[in-house]
Amino acid sequence: MGKDSRLILDPLADNNPITIQVLGICSALAITAELEASIVMSISVLFVLGVGNVVISLMRNIIPSKIRIIVQLIVVATLVIIVDLVLKAFAYELSKTLSVFVGLIITNCIIMGRFEAFALGNGPWRSFLDGIGNALGYGVILIIVGFFRELLGSGTLLGIQVLGDPIEKTGLYALGYENNGFMLLSPMALIVVGIIIWVQRSRNKALIED
Amino acid sequence: MENRTDKNSYTIIFAIGMVIVVGALLAFLASSLKPMITENERLEKQQNILYAMGVNDNDDTSANFVSTEDAPELFGKYIKKQLVIDGNNAEEDDQAYLIDVKKEQAKAKNGETRRLPLFVGEKDGQTFYIAPIRGKGLWDAIWGYVALDKNMVVQGAYFDHKGETPGLGANIKQRFFMDDFIGEHLLSADGTFKGITVAKGNADPKNNDKTDNEVDAIAGATITGDGVTAMIKKDLRLYLPYFETLNGK
Repeated sequence: MGKDSRLILDPLADNNPITIQVLGICSALAITAELEASIVMSISVLFVLGVGNVVISLMRNIIPSKIRIIVQLIVVATLVIIVDLVLKAFAYELSKTLSVFVGLIITNCIIMGRFEAFALGNGPWRSFLDGIGNALGYGVILIIVGFFRELLGSGTLLGIQVLGDPIEKTGLYALGYENNGFMLLSPMALIVVGIIIWVQRSRNKALIED
Repeated sequence: MENRTDKNSYTIIFAIGMVIVVGALLAFLASSLKPMITENERLEKQQNILYAMGVNDNDDTSANFVSTEDAPELFGKYIKKQLVIDGNNAEEDDQAYLIDVKKEQAKAKNGETRRLPLFVGEKDGQTFYIAPIRGKGLWDAIWGYVALDKNMVVQGAYFDHKGETPGLGANIKQRFFMDDFIGEHLLSADGTFKGITVAKGNADPKNNDKTDNEVDAIAGATITGDGVTAMIKKDLRLYLPYFETLNGK
């Protein structure tokens, strides 16, 4: 397998940013109560991390090491604000859906983490692939967590009632099934992430640290 | 040899340069896009007001505004009067929908009189009185427009928010929540102002009882729901004197 394709594939499983590197946990807890929000967040992070990694990689030889974290923060904040402004002017409806995520993206540690760990030491193309790979790995976990939380918490997927109507008591609800309101609260996201980590490490023992 | 980028002088020059470049870029972008953003916000207000009085492109479950192209024309067609209520006077002002509720609330805090915009709409022979409301959710501002009939019974409501949690508080702008308000009474049976409470543990989740001054809350969004309750109670109460004169009391 080529070195470049590993940059995309590794973060999807054995070097997943959330379950292995433990980056981006806060947003994984905050916005996964619904599948749709998980998908929107994943796409936004894909864009910001891909572009941000390239920008940081291009600047890597001129960034003063003493203030590199501040420089990284400014780059990501500028990128996100530019996108937000352009969307507000040309795609207002979309910007309203995304505005909630702006703050979450800027403070997402996965972005700073990849700038610091990869883009500062690698060329633009490899940094771009690393950004895309990590954003995809992040997105996969977000979507899995969002899927289970929305299904078990609200009985819906992407807002569509898949288990019947809880108020009219149709479908599964006619048999006495109830939505689990706990699933809507953030701690349950951590427990779902924990279960994913458990499954992943029991399948690949090499991932278990001493 | 010391690396060029480790020098203090380089660090300071880089920091200054970066701030100037980024600052200039953002300032330029923000000011050049400002007219378009303001125009979008103006159209959105028209869409919101129309939505509350039932002029919208709703399908079964999702909430859709009339298109931005049609909004100005429909706004002119359905909104018959725009009033500014200032103390006991109600004056007509065709720019009333541009009044910034946030600024007016700040004025009231400083002891000045707050101008209250009210939009009178007519559709299919029915008259709607639409009032803007604004308050605080969990993270940031929440606001909305409530359409009332002359007895202060809700005919339609639109809520929006700046940054409530997706999937939880953000659901106040979903149909299942907004539609619950339709038919709810703001006044109790004896005519005193009671507002509408977003209530947990509501015994009436199907919302059949429209005179209980309660709608069912959203699970996991207690503080946002309380914010909705508070803004309805606080802001709509201010319109009570106008509705009383309307009914000849």
